[in-house]
Amino acid sequence: MVATQSADGAGPVGGDGPTGDAGPVGRGRPVGGDGPVLADVGRTDRALRGFLHGLPGVDEVGAARRTAQLATRSVKTTAKAYAVDLAIRMLDLTTLEGADTDGRVRSLCAKARRPDPADPGCPPVAAVCVYPSMVATAAAALRGTDVHLASVATAFPSGQAPTAVKLADTRAAVAAGADEIDMVISRGAFLSGRYAQVHDEIAAVRRECGPAHLKVILETGELGSLDQVRRASWLAMLAGADFVKTSTGKISPAATTPTVLVMLEAVRDFRAATGRQVGVKAAGGIRTTKEALRYLVLVEETVGAPWLSPRWFRFGASSLLNDLLLQRAKLATGAYHGPDYVTVD
Amino acid sequence: MFAYAPAPESPAVVDLRSHYGLFVGGEFVAPAAGGSRKTVNPATEEVLAEVAEADAADVDRAVRAARAAYAAVWGPMPGAERAKYLFRIARILQERAREFAVLETLDNGKPIRESRDTDVPLAAAHFFYHAGWADKLRYAGFGDAPAPLGVAAQVIPWNFPLLMLAWKIAPALACGNTVVLKPAETTPLTALLFAEVCRQADLPPGVVNMVTGDGAVGAALAAHGGVDKVAFTGSTAVGRQIARALAGTTRRLTLELGGKAANIVFDDAPVDQAVEGIVQGIFFNQGHVCCAGSRLLVQESVHDEVLDALRRRVARLRVGDPMDKNTDLGAINSAAQLARITALAEAGEAEGAQRWSPPCALPERGYWFAPTVFTGVSTAHRIAREEIFGPVLSVLTFRTADEAVAKANNTPYGLSAGVWTEKGSRILAMADRLRAGVVWANTFNVFDPASPFGGYRESGYGREGGRHGLESYLA
Repeated sequence: MVATQSADGAGPVGGDGPTGDAGPVGRGRPVGGDGPVLADVGRTDRALRGFLHGLPGVDEVGAARRTAQLATRSVKTTAKAYAVDLAIRMLDLTTLEGADTDGRVRSLCAKARRPDPADPGCPPVAAVCVYPSMVATAAAALRGTDVHLASVATAFPSGQAPTAVKLADTRAAVAAGADEIDMVISRGAFLSGRYAQVHDEIAAVRRECGPAHLKVILETGELGSLDQVRRASWLAMLAGADFVKTSTGKISPAATTPTVLVMLEAVRDFRAATGRQVGVKAAGGIRTTKEALRYLVLVEETVGAPWLSPRWFRFGASSLLNDLLLQRAKLATGAYHGPDYVTVD
Repeated sequence: MFAYAPAPESPAVVDLRSHYGLFVGGEFVAPAAGGSRKTVNPATEEVLAEVAEADAADVDRAVRAARAAYAAVWGPMPGAERAKYLFRIARILQERAREFAVLETLDNGKPIRESRDTDVPLAAAHFFYHAGWADKLRYAGFGDAPAPLGVAAQVIPWNFPLLMLAWKIAPALACGNTVVLKPAETTPLTALLFAEVCRQADLPPGVVNMVTGDGAVGAALAAHGGVDKVAFTGSTAVGRQIARALAGTTRRLTLELGGKAANIVFDDAPVDQAVEGIVQGIFFNQGHVCCAGSRLLVQESVHDEVLDALRRRVARLRVGDPMDKNTDLGAINSAAQLARITALAEAGEAEGAQRWSPPCALPERGYWFAPTVFTGVSTAHRIAREEIFGPVLSVLTFRTADEAVAKANNTPYGLSAGVWTEKGSRILAMADRLRAGVVWANTFNVFDPASPFGGYRESGYGREGGRHGLESYLA
């Protein structure tokens, strides 16, 4: 592990349960021998199908209407200042390019620790998110900081690899120092109804993670409906996910507000049913402060304070940080800085 | 803590005059008797302006002006020309949307979010929609030479002052009629601003006339022998009086009256969206909606689940300053209405229903009522039978679709209903059996100019909006 538990609750959760400003939280996540949550739900295709298809449906028009209404919330002055800093603290600063280099990753890590070099009051981001081959470099660059190190794994972004390869991918990333793993589900298996396969794969990766945090990427842009988003969220949570995450960022549409609304409802209902709290990560396509604030409003009005911390809600983004920094400077000085006043990544 | 900072809309965009006259023959004129009435901001009880109080002589003058404009200008004008005026009005409403939204919120007490996002855009949409019809009336299905009726007397309520004006004036003008409109006594200001828009659009004088005042003015207008058509939206009691006054005359009448809509939630409903729909159904516009979903019928097997989710959601409603952009529930429109809501809620408690409201601090000045949910309501309770016209929901249960239909139809009203289920065939079967003019499926309180609106039985007759709505203004 690169990082230690941070004071603001953004720390990774080991076996000892969540801490910090996360609010009232149930038992720690079940790992290994703790036994599955909702054990009465069988783990066969048939049993999982019965359970997942018995969840209440989602009316897509209604979900879109609700998020459109919440998008009109006015977040200004003190509320905006708070929200901008919170969004920075919730950020998984991400680079997932074939062209990534050690230098680029080191530069990103430096930015993660001190997003605004001119302002020591600017909080660090939650984590840096890289490919497994870059984990060692990032681990060295982040040593001694509170910034977490997330690695995508399991044949990201397609997930089209044998399970053994996915597990090896995960193991390597954890061994190299990642304390958060962002895995992708097998969308093909999910869409063809092989729920047990998806469940078991997530559970296996979960075991492979050890103390590292597991975020399960549903790739909602490929699931086809919000009903499926709700089912996939529950399936991931049943299998032991610490976070459910919208997208890889490689597929369009990536995160959308109705999708995140449904995922928030799922983690809220899951906590009510099991006592275990699961986080949500909105990733892909979020580029502006205005969009980020809409997601924070969505969190606030759907699940409220227990999820409004970096421990329970994350943004996966790369270009968002610069816009947040520009807005932050605007709030502090009253004037917009040009794009040359924030660093290129 | 993530707390929204106050985000008040500025009232400075509105140029309020201290005194408003009547709008007759294209001019603002003093009333014959010189009387006036104060209109107040229900959120603060501050006086906004003094508005002229018309009498029978003023009504007569307005009807004559409308008749003259009908005979000389508007009646003979080709539909394509009338359309130009309606398009112009629609565009001006959009251009001055913020002004209208702020004034509506000041005078009515509804949240600025609703006046800005619903009332004003929909009002403009009604003018756009009907502008499109003005030169195509031959193809509306009412004969190949549909003719206007003449002068229309229109009396509108205080719950959607500008939107109801648009519902009334747009189809009347599109069909070639001229109008005399009486806005509600507590909310005349956006109608008077609309009069200015008529002047700005160079609408010929006398095509639109406004007489302000209380119910007596409305009664005088509705009973005036010089009009050809009366359109009224308001309470069933007043609707009856108007129907009585017009019985035996050749004057045409449409009535859009009260309601006690059932919002029916089946056990296979999309629960989170159903809860949103319940909230939208009863707390939209503080429940001052004739088609409000004031009776929630929830299937017994999901009662607890739905009610838990509903209470959680209602607890998040932001009640307070209507001018704040983040307010969900504004002020009750008048002291009289507040007294009525309070009395009916007390009757609900006295009859044994369980009352619940989230903890919410209400402002000290102005007229306020916390969002309220009654559970354990039976069909015999007053709160299940009488129109409360406030943010008060009565929750009843049912076990089978037949029972839901029987309970939903067990009311003298029949304006609207809602059905929540993921099963399409059930939606169609329910819509067939519910005696309501509007049945919403998996949504509630959604309006569109192309969709006809109106009721059965004590909810009135005639349709407004859509092709069907044109019939009320054509001979």
